[in-house]
Amino acid sequence: MSVLVDKNTRLVVQGITGSAGAFHTRQCIDYGTNVVAGVTPGKGGQMFDGKVPVFDTVCEARQKTGCNASMVFVPAPAAADSILEAVDAGVELVVCITEGIPVMDMMRVKALLRGKKSRLIGPNCPGIITPGQCKIGIMPGYIHKPGRIGGISRSGTLTYEAVWQLTSRGYGQSTCIGIGGDPIHGLSHLDCVKLFDHDPGTDAMILIGEIGGSAEEEAAEWIKAKCKKPVAAFIAGKTAPPGRRMGHAGAIISGGKGTAAGKIEALQGAGIAVAETPAAIADTVISRMKASV
Amino acid sequence: MNIHEYQAKELLQKFDVATTRGRVATTLDEAEQIARELGDIDIVVKAQIHAGGRGKGNFNNKFKGGVHVRKTPDEVRDVAAKMLGQILVTHQTGPAGRLVNKVLVAESADIARGETYFAVLLDRATAAPVIVASTEGGVEIEAVAAKSPEKIIREPIDPLAGLQPYQARKLASQLGFESSQLKNASKLFDGLYRTFIAYDCSMVEVNPLVVTNKGEVLALDAKFNFDDNALYRHPEIAAMRDIAEEDPREVEASKHGLNYIGLNGNIACLVNGAGLAMATMDIIKFYGGEPANFLDVGGGATEEQVTEAFEILIADKKVKAILVNIFGGIMKCDVIAQGIIDAAKTVKLSVPLVVRLEGTNVEQGKQLLKESGLALIAADDLADAAQRVVKAAKGK
Repeated sequence: MSVLVDKNTRLVVQGITGSAGAFHTRQCIDYGTNVVAGVTPGKGGQMFDGKVPVFDTVCEARQKTGCNASMVFVPAPAAADSILEAVDAGVELVVCITEGIPVMDMMRVKALLRGKKSRLIGPNCPGIITPGQCKIGIMPGYIHKPGRIGGISRSGTLTYEAVWQLTSRGYGQSTCIGIGGDPIHGLSHLDCVKLFDHDPGTDAMILIGEIGGSAEEEAAEWIKAKCKKPVAAFIAGKTAPPGRRMGHAGAIISGGKGTAAGKIEALQGAGIAVAETPAAIADTVISRMKASV
Repeated sequence: MNIHEYQAKELLQKFDVATTRGRVATTLDEAEQIARELGDIDIVVKAQIHAGGRGKGNFNNKFKGGVHVRKTPDEVRDVAAKMLGQILVTHQTGPAGRLVNKVLVAESADIARGETYFAVLLDRATAAPVIVASTEGGVEIEAVAAKSPEKIIREPIDPLAGLQPYQARKLASQLGFESSQLKNASKLFDGLYRTFIAYDCSMVEVNPLVVTNKGEVLALDAKFNFDDNALYRHPEIAAMRDIAEEDPREVEASKHGLNYIGLNGNIACLVNGAGLAMATMDIIKFYGGEPANFLDVGGGATEEQVTEAFEILIADKKVKAILVNIFGGIMKCDVIAQGIIDAAKTVKLSVPLVVRLEGTNVEQGKQLLKESGLALIAADDLADAAQRVVKAAKGK
């Protein structure tokens, strides 16, 4: 079992003919993802690598291939429009990898998403993977291993670090979701926690957050009240100076809010085990799982 | 990105936001000329630097205060002479201070009613703009929010519909503007909201907003925060960037597509990915060290970028050791290893270097480093790397 994606996922890649889109599409196919279509306006009718049909619009790709998930590699100035195009076509899951989308564009996307059945992951994220079944994104597939721990994170390489720690210790993952480092994004920590909590294939969760915003605090509140599964967490940015954007557009302490200390306090207050260092993320969740058995 | 006060004034004027008359001067003649044009009124001269606390700051030439009110063009020229070309130190600049290249010469507002705070900003939690306002302006708004939260007004804005006229009137009324001022205040709020949207701002803050004796509602000073991701569609804003106001190391790094932020410690770090870079700083601190910087080389750094990154790290004289922490995903460990080897050829590495590689092509990367004969400390994992670099920085 897993959340959001599995071996039945039929993927369309928006921006499949661009250099990043093409490279990562091949990586996903090699991993075993069922890539059924690509979309690049103006290139409809072509075949990508001789096996994936390219369409001009997502609507057409959906009608012809029944794609139910999209991976967006369209450059930042046009990426918000591409997300909306996939939503309009009724694609159930839209995963936007693109970094650098203007926040006002994402504000409008969020507003237009309300009431729609599509779910958005990202932007500015590594994507989502259900090990052994489906990889949608730019994460290295081989560090993952099928298993029963769910991963949720705002950061790419820090997630790889945590996943690799788990895999090296023999613990696999049910699904790992990179929700992205932008201030306005699709699925939140809390949305993902709820999905994993309801997933019979997930026994425990790792929640990786960082400075900025209050999404980790909101997840902590729900976990305290409702979550039935053990959760371990790590928050990056204890040493980050206030008022500076730490690489990710959303990683900023402003007006004294969004500090690592505040988030750690909220998580611990909710009974979540918080790893003291990034090197201890796997051990923290493993010991929490053992304690709850 | 930040801009100067005089630039903020220019942006507001484009959207009919009422503000005091005045312009920027870079020479004494210009300062005197602007004062002459403004006529026989009180004139304020303000040093233009990207830092708060100017009024209470001190110049290196012993002149006190970066904000002064004068009456005649000759007096304006005289005070500008004491500011231009001088270093101004405020509580926000640090002891090194900032060089003043420009002064704003403007009409000094004849204030009848006090200081209102008004800001439009992006609320992450609701993914929509929100207006935050208070009758307690002129001071730090965070202090007001902490001490008397009931004095903070929050008006959420629908991101698709924008600020509605009734919302502007409601705000004016809640902020205690008199009926006769309602129209002027609403017009100003509308202009501020349009400025916020038009330039992809993450915040436009007016502090203070005042009413003059003639009943005008004016924005006296405005602070803008722009979304860097949207600068590509606002070349006129990007052109306002003042590189002299930024850390030269950060400017150099950004030229090479590197994300660098200077800090005060002595352990430099080079990491791929922002989250891992922050976490690396944290683990250095956890083991008793102090990070000298945040440096994210990104997902697809080239050998040239790695060399450039080393040059920036080495240029910081405080640095006593360097930690390279790479988790190769898309980025391959052998490429990073080659970058380190090339950098060591061109940049003279005078401090210990700890390298931790993991992920794609890690064995090839480790092999390359081993064969290069470079004097580096190889680490097994993240915790090991952090402990080794902290020890190395202490000279042990």
